[in-house]
Amino acid sequence: MNWTGMLSAAAVHLEITFAGVLIGTAIGLPLAALLIRFPRLGRGVFLVIDAIQTVPTLAMLTFVMLAFGLNEVTVVVSIVLYTLFPITRNAYVGLTSADAGIIRAGRGLGMTPLQIFTGIRLPLAVPMILTGIRLAVVAALAIATTGVFIGAGGLGMLIWRGIQTRNTTMMLSGAVPVSLLAVFFEFSIGLLEKKLRRI
Amino acid sequence: MIGVTEFIDTVVRNQAFILRSTGRHLLICAAALLAGTAVAVPAGVLLSYHKKAAGAVLTVFSVINTVPSMVLLGAAMILFGLGVAPSVAVLFLYSLLPILRSTYTGITGIDPRYIKAASGMGMNRRQILLGVKLPLAAPSVISGVRLSAVYVISWATLAAFIGGGGLGDVIWIGLQSYNFHLVFCGAIPATVLALLVSWALNRVVRAVQKHVDGGVTS
Repeated sequence: MNWTGMLSAAAVHLEITFAGVLIGTAIGLPLAALLIRFPRLGRGVFLVIDAIQTVPTLAMLTFVMLAFGLNEVTVVVSIVLYTLFPITRNAYVGLTSADAGIIRAGRGLGMTPLQIFTGIRLPLAVPMILTGIRLAVVAALAIATTGVFIGAGGLGMLIWRGIQTRNTTMMLSGAVPVSLLAVFFEFSIGLLEKKLRRI
Repeated sequence: MIGVTEFIDTVVRNQAFILRSTGRHLLICAAALLAGTAVAVPAGVLLSYHKKAAGAVLTVFSVINTVPSMVLLGAAMILFGLGVAPSVAVLFLYSLLPILRSTYTGITGIDPRYIKAASGMGMNRRQILLGVKLPLAAPSVISGVRLSAVYVISWATLAAFIGGGGLGDVIWIGLQSYNFHLVFCGAIPATVLALLVSWALNRVVRAVQKHVDGGVTS
């Protein structure tokens, strides 16, 4: 059992995962806000990001590889593409969930559109935005595992080496941490959503 | 790195292999999905009668689906060895949750008025299930099947690594030999397959939804 190898693989894995999710969120949230301003674009944009989401992971990695080569960047870009759907979709649903009466009340109080957005829509959307981020993190952990096939590091490497050499210990030293991480983020972010919903 | 003529050349030279792999891919996915539907729909119906158990069961399956597919494929290899059977077993396991959840929410989300009306007309539990609940829940059930189908097609490409065969084989052989033309001979059919199945099942969901809405309002 190689603990340092496992820890450094886990660090690389988390780095890839969160780089992808952060960039995905940085694109997805403004995109959702933009779609509220321009609802006509919504159908087309969601059609495209839904289609992206449908592409099999391994196929996506090879397509992105054409542009970015056999390395971690390809995995991060693939994660960004996959996270667009959960993040944008959930943020959009959350941002449009504010009751029309509340929006009207805000307008009646003389709030500007920007104030309505930052003061009413955004706070009400926070639990849904978190749902999107939770789905994105769990998906990203799995995509980062698959990244080993195009030459990226991370816990997937230990799993793959274990499979190839029929070394169960090595397989598990990748499989157990990545599963625990996925379950941990699923539950901790889920808990946060529930807490915020109660407010 | 990629040339159109070389790509076409690769397709022609490997057409038998590509076709065989596509057929294998379809077969693995269909087997897993059919078995998944056959188990998850009745199980979802059963859970709708036992709401207390439903929360626990759905949580267990959502934990399973949280685990990355590579992990379960590796575990299946250790338990059952290499081959088609462990691949289908893992894909089957993953296909359960979306169908289970959509069947359950589809049935429990039905307006109780319809069920009261049906029992008021003297329908028994079986008649209510077959004549009212399942038809009304059908769009939700099928959209669960669609979700599972897309997942299964995607994960089946990974099943090649534990000997499942299919389009993942084409991709993997291409990657190992740095033959990127061959990689796309596997990646493009896999993508087209996923998009096609997703689109077709979406059409089915809409058609069934339309039918249900029409039947209810008229």
